[in-house]
Amino acid sequence: MRILIAALALAAGAAHAADAARGKTLYESRCTGCHSIDSNRVGPAHRGVLGRKAGTARGYDYSPALKAAAVVWDARSLERWLADPERLIPGQRMGYSVPDAADRADLVEYLRTQSTR
Amino acid sequence: MNESNIVLPARRRFLGTAGKATLSAAAIALLAGNEALAQSMSGTMQDVGILNVALGLEHEAINAYQLGAMSGLLQKQVLDVAVLFQSHHKGHRDALIATIRKLGGTPVAEKPLDDYAKALKADTLKSQTDILELAARLELGATNAYLGVIPAFKDAGLAKIAGRLAADETMHWSILSSAMGKPMPMAALTFGA
Repeated sequence: MRILIAALALAAGAAHAADAARGKTLYESRCTGCHSIDSNRVGPAHRGVLGRKAGTARGYDYSPALKAAAVVWDARSLERWLADPERLIPGQRMGYSVPDAADRADLVEYLRTQSTR
Repeated sequence: MNESNIVLPARRRFLGTAGKATLSAAAIALLAGNEALAQSMSGTMQDVGILNVALGLEHEAINAYQLGAMSGLLQKQVLDVAVLFQSHHKGHRDALIATIRKLGGTPVAEKPLDDYAKALKADTLKSQTDILELAARLELGATNAYLGVIPAFKDAGLAKIAGRLAADETMHWSILSSAMGKPMPMAALTFGA
């Protein structure tokens, strides 16, 4: 029993506490080449992305794959998207991925702060 | 960089000669039971998609420098550098368009200048420093974007092109940062992180 409790405690400690401030730094270094929070550029604007159906940012010209995707962006779907966009929505256009799970969690947490303002 | 600098493997050259028939050829290969060939062609179209995103970045950069050049805020020497860097981006654009066409894709079109002005909030640019800051930010973003997509290319030759584009953008960023008196990065492996 003690071993089980210790293992659970270790697992809880290993879980990543998402950090929006770090996510903002990551966003600025990795995402702003193509994206902005409030402007559609090479990629769509990100304000309000959490809770939005994929392919529906106003005024952005999406790929047919994104337009047809039955995905609503939440933390889980965004993390899957960032891990491997093509696996989640085949035929999409984003060639960029974020391999590290903690980085993805922090980016999503930052985007969450930009979804509620 | 110009079209002649682009290395296209033999399979790509073949697909390039097929022109816009590539997608249909992939469908035909699939219908004929040749799944491997169909997957290969699907990979080519994924690469075309990434190249088109890169082309979008180059369109944006060209128009950003155009906005800077037209602002009347740049000193002569700075304007000369901006025009030179814009010419590099035009070279990138032309090379990307040629490559996308050779692979059977359709290059993404440039938008009107006003669209870029709005997206980049050009109305907030009030000084030469503001313009240099914007240019440096875009160049750094492009550097990181190009480095970030390298692993996604199915074709190693195209990945190399992304590396060469990133090198040009890094050079631009370095010169712009130096012009603004910003310190050099102190850590190794600054870009693409």
